[in-house]
Amino acid sequence: MICTCLYDKCEAFALKLFSPFTKKLKQLPMKKLALAVALLIGSTSLFAQTGTKSDVPAANIKSLDGKAFNTATINNDGKPFIIDFWATWCKPCVSELNAINDDYSDWAEETGVKVYAVSIDDSRTMNSVAPFVAGKGWDYTILLDPNGDFKRAMGVNVIPHTFLFDGKGKLVSQHNNYSPGDEDRLYEEIKKLTGK
Amino acid sequence: MQSNTIRELSLFSSLIYFNKKDLLTFMNKSTLKYLLFSAVITCFANTAKGQQAPNMSNISGNFEINSQYYIKDSLIDAPEVPEKVLSNGFMNLNFDYGNFKAGIRYESYLNVLQGFDPNYKGSGITYRYASFTNDGITITAGNFYDQFGSGLIFRSYEERALGVDNAMDGLHVRYTPIKGMTLKGFIAEQRNYFSKGPGIVRGFDGDLQLNDLLPGWEAKKLRIGLGGSFVSKYQKDDSPSRILPENVGAYAGRTTIAYGSVSFDAEYAYKINDPSIVNKFIYKNGEALLMNLSYAKKGMGAKVSAKRIDNMNYRSDRGATGNSLSINYLPAINKQLTYRLSTLYPFATQPNGEMGISGEFYYNFKSGTPLGGKYGTMISLSGSAISDIQRGPVSNDTLGYTSDFFSIGENRYYQDATVEINKKLSKKDKLILTYIYQVYDKDVIEGKIGEPQVTAHIGVIDYTHKFNSKHSVRTELQHLMTDEDKKNWAMALVEYSYAPHWTIAVFDEWNYGNKDEHHRFHYYNASLAYNKGATRISLAYARQRAGLLCVGGVCRFVPASNGFNVTITSRF
Repeated sequence: MICTCLYDKCEAFALKLFSPFTKKLKQLPMKKLALAVALLIGSTSLFAQTGTKSDVPAANIKSLDGKAFNTATINNDGKPFIIDFWATWCKPCVSELNAINDDYSDWAEETGVKVYAVSIDDSRTMNSVAPFVAGKGWDYTILLDPNGDFKRAMGVNVIPHTFLFDGKGKLVSQHNNYSPGDEDRLYEEIKKLTGK
Repeated sequence: MQSNTIRELSLFSSLIYFNKKDLLTFMNKSTLKYLLFSAVITCFANTAKGQQAPNMSNISGNFEINSQYYIKDSLIDAPEVPEKVLSNGFMNLNFDYGNFKAGIRYESYLNVLQGFDPNYKGSGITYRYASFTNDGITITAGNFYDQFGSGLIFRSYEERALGVDNAMDGLHVRYTPIKGMTLKGFIAEQRNYFSKGPGIVRGFDGDLQLNDLLPGWEAKKLRIGLGGSFVSKYQKDDSPSRILPENVGAYAGRTTIAYGSVSFDAEYAYKINDPSIVNKFIYKNGEALLMNLSYAKKGMGAKVSAKRIDNMNYRSDRGATGNSLSINYLPAINKQLTYRLSTLYPFATQPNGEMGISGEFYYNFKSGTPLGGKYGTMISLSGSAISDIQRGPVSNDTLGYTSDFFSIGENRYYQDATVEINKKLSKKDKLILTYIYQVYDKDVIEGKIGEPQVTAHIGVIDYTHKFNSKHSVRTELQHLMTDEDKKNWAMALVEYSYAPHWTIAVFDEWNYGNKDEHHRFHYYNASLAYNKGATRISLAYARQRAGLLCVGGVCRFVPASNGFNVTITSRF
């Protein structure tokens, strides 16, 4: 509710709220202050950028072959895509991905949808992901998030957690947990997005 | 707009420069202000979104509360909880504006749930950071999580279910000068519940992906990755009786070599002498080696792993034990088992020394083949064996012991073998059959001296029937057979889903084989969960056995309890 307040009021409120902190900043040694200023100058240059931002936050994770992968680059050439958080040890996650995989080639053919399956297996089980996926015969794009960086950026609490994005990268829907039949509802939404 | 944004940024920046004392007083006094601050940021972001820079900013976060009402149950040793209700909760708030990011987390333990470290006491801001990315460089000030290689010498992470959070607090730089090269460095202190550890940790890591780096290598079938890291911790020597190393350095080197479907990776780590309470103050150096060889081609996958760990406990406080102030992470290599009865005897990594091998095999019998049937059949096999390292006497006993790198010690810590068959029987029926064999050294793993070595056989039938896209029912029947410890167990579960929102489940774990007739307890559980989009609300009544809860080879002991639980999780 507080967010509906006007910008100016908000600003005044924030300044008041932060007066103890900004005072504190003044008391800090010059060196720290200089760092803070450097940080500010560095970050302001980014505001020169324009353009539409996808809802997918940036996190530095890995592709299945170990290469660095920035999640902000996730897209599907204007078609919808799914980001599904899972792990080799998570039974409901595997059930969901098995269920989607049964129809995945039909989905892809009819709507062009693409699934990014983000494994949160840590270094204990991360090396099992490639053999595991091969043994399941899955066709997804697999990403590795062994230290939970992307999971944290997406605010995922528990897995499975499945996100559907439209072609512009806007988050359309999501569900956590898996119940058999969730895949049918997911496909209905994808069809709605693509007008099929 | 620029001036407003700068002001906003300076507010964020100011957050980072609190010292420890500030943080503590701050937690007590200014929690409310911080929450208001969160709300204000939301205003700023929305305003920015709506008026100034369309689609540039983003606010996100998540929330969880887990509250339990405890009932005394002296039969199963569930103690009386004076507060009656205990509760753990947190909220994360991330702010994202172009290449600028910031975030805070508020945590609350009023009081902390049973089984978590009691140092989680009270409420406050435990995590705050700001970072920006420019020209391939990302600078983070405040709290951060990171991992070098597989974590053998450095891993900072959170596992909320275990109460593990060794977040760093300091400065972190990540730099990608050219594609295929990543350099990371940091200097920081480490979170210790609501305070910080006494040590300072410094680290550097370099990672090269040759196929991205070398011209003409991009499409090569041979893929090579190399990495190296160095970490050092400083802690003052305040011992009156010993001379302790104040700076303890550790280094590690790693490689990945892949050719087509075959991949090999290895990491070796070395640590100088680091006397601590965990290794009983010996002055021996530490070593760790992890190796994996895997094969993956659609339809089949296999992996073999080997590891050796020798005296690799590494913490930013030499007096720390349990799950606090760990600088590194020593992954277990046995398969992570999740069925309820298979968690009775979970292996936990032994940082003072262990060596082991493991193997996994996955195969998909395609549909239309004799074993595949109409819908295909997936099988997986796995096995592992983990022992102590060989230990020999040493003339200078402050060095602890000598150990031959290639010899296996006499004590078998853990062994397992699993077979799993995953079969879709029809469009509506799915069946998973699992058999698990386990040998478990309760004495060493749980630190209960004199407990016997346990050999257990576990069978699980997991069957799902989907009536239609809304209604489905899943049943699990589990049985554990052993002549040791508490002997045989049986478990039955029924879970009914009314998709997409409702799930109701009941299960009973029954220690029917206990040699003491009066201890043949039923541990029953009934739960109702409501899911909508990002939110999950669950209510449960549970009489729960004591046991270890493990994630990734790190475990937390959960005492027996009886009572009601409410958990709400959500994200935005």
